[in-house]
Amino acid sequence: MTKEINDLNLPDDVRYTEDHEWAKQEADGIKVGITDYAQDQLGDIVFVELPEAGDTFDKGEQFGTLESVKAVSEMFMPISGEVVSVNEALADTPELVNSEPYGGGWMIVFKPSDAGAIDALMDKAAYMDTLKGLE
Amino acid sequence: MKEPVGTTGLIFNEPLLWERGAKGRSGFSLPPRDVASSHVADDLRGDGPDFPDLSELDVVRHFTRLSQWNFGVDSGMYPLGSCTMKYNPKTNERQAGLPGLAVSHPLLPQELSQGALKMMFDLQHYLAEITGLPAVTLQPAAGSQGELTGMMVINAYLQSKGEKRSKVLIPDTAHGTNPASATLCGLKSVAVKSNEQGILSTEKIAELMDEDTAGLMVTNPNTLGLFEEDIQKVTEIVHAKGGLVYGDGANMNAIMGIVDIQKLGVDVLHLNLHKTFSTPHGGGGPGSGPICVTEALEPFLPVPRVIEKDGKYLLSEDFPQSVGKLHAFYGNFGILVRAYSYILTMGADLHKASQYAVLNANYIKESLKDVYHLAYDRPCMHECVFNDKLQAAHKVTTLDIAKRLMEYGFHPPTIYFPLVVQGAIMVEPTETESKETIDAFIDTMRTIAQEARENPEQFHEAPQTTKVKRLDETAAARNPCLTG
Repeated sequence: MTKEINDLNLPDDVRYTEDHEWAKQEADGIKVGITDYAQDQLGDIVFVELPEAGDTFDKGEQFGTLESVKAVSEMFMPISGEVVSVNEALADTPELVNSEPYGGGWMIVFKPSDAGAIDALMDKAAYMDTLKGLE
Repeated sequence: MKEPVGTTGLIFNEPLLWERGAKGRSGFSLPPRDVASSHVADDLRGDGPDFPDLSELDVVRHFTRLSQWNFGVDSGMYPLGSCTMKYNPKTNERQAGLPGLAVSHPLLPQELSQGALKMMFDLQHYLAEITGLPAVTLQPAAGSQGELTGMMVINAYLQSKGEKRSKVLIPDTAHGTNPASATLCGLKSVAVKSNEQGILSTEKIAELMDEDTAGLMVTNPNTLGLFEEDIQKVTEIVHAKGGLVYGDGANMNAIMGIVDIQKLGVDVLHLNLHKTFSTPHGGGGPGSGPICVTEALEPFLPVPRVIEKDGKYLLSEDFPQSVGKLHAFYGNFGILVRAYSYILTMGADLHKASQYAVLNANYIKESLKDVYHLAYDRPCMHECVFNDKLQAAHKVTTLDIAKRLMEYGFHPPTIYFPLVVQGAIMVEPTETESKETIDAFIDTMRTIAQEARENPEQFHEAPQTTKVKRLDETAAARNPCLTG
């Protein structure tokens, strides 16, 4: 059952990518997860594969995979950087990605190679426009 | 609509084998021991496996009942897109069961296996003739292994030129397993987006293809069921940069005996005998995934290879540039016999199978496109891809439609694949369904579309008339129970 765009939970305090990840500046780095739209489209998440702390990725590079009852899909780095920590809880409770996409369902925290790069990502209004374009 | 195929009926429950039987029960009796017992070293001893004690009748009923729960192409239409679930003619089974073939042993001396070797040799030639690619190996034991073999051959060829490339281009409309084969060969997959017509654009390939890219893995027709119209230009671009083209033969049933694959610029093509050449899928398998290659790639094919010398057929390992051995002995021989039987049975009419497969898919596409959204509204090949966009307003999804279809006695199409179409419903009727059956499928799909508008609630509980009702797929995936 997919949500209408206006019913989606899209917080103001995170940035968005075209691949439906969100990124948020926190004290120890940038936290990344998938948006409410992404989890809603994928359906029940049953498995999450994440990188290890210390791994480095370029912007746009695949850092993990999500398996839902429908399909397997990739997650891409919003900005280049080095992984600081990953959400170990998702190994046993992948459903957090569906129930709390911006909370307990986060994926990784990474140290960006360019601290200012997060500002280039979309804000809520721009992401909403992107979603409307997909309709 | 006439009486639907799907109905309720007496269906036996059946417990697990561990819940059947009783201690000491047995299905066989051993002859009395006629040799003295002797001691077995302690480190070779252990507890036996946890097998239930069953009589012959326990076992026969168990598997008979399970087989009655099964749905196969012998029981009804199975329009599973990308899988080519065509009917497997029984004559294939008859030929494969001939004692001279069925009980031939792979370690028999070659002079006593001339018939089997000749059959393999001839089958290689038939596949070469059908595809236009002159050299063939029958060794890969499944489509996935054929893909891997193909990519190993490409790697070996590049290596022989002193090159080591690190990437490979894979379109978003490629057969789903391609990235895995590339990764196993140490190649990094670079995803290529298809254009708004659902096919590859030459500009995109030109932009991504470089001297560090081993080539392109292309499925043609692609997983949207569309023919890659610019394939020759695309393969020229890849070749100009020194790359090679792997063609995935998953969808060969659309173009069998019609398109010369070598002329498309494909260097390696894999075939699924269990799709295109009517050998059994899955439980009736195993599979078989021969690859056909250009003359330039022939030295790299796996060994042993069947060759002809002075009127005799031999197995030769004398190919120093070969990628080696990929499977015990010579491939899944029993499956090769079935494909050989199919090709000879069809004879010069083989290409008509593809023509009917394409005609049937286009007939379904045109007959349903006013009630199911068509992702790409243009002539398709052997399969067509709808989605649930028109049903979204009624909160009826692709999964609901698939489940409801079961109640009408049809196996559901492939759903949620290809990934480039959200909520995809991918229908591949194949050439072996009659017009009446296809019309019944179309009528049913139209009925379901109407039900979705008028009575969407009933969908969420479907299927009701099946042995088991709607399964909790999420729980099964999150907490799989893998023991008895």
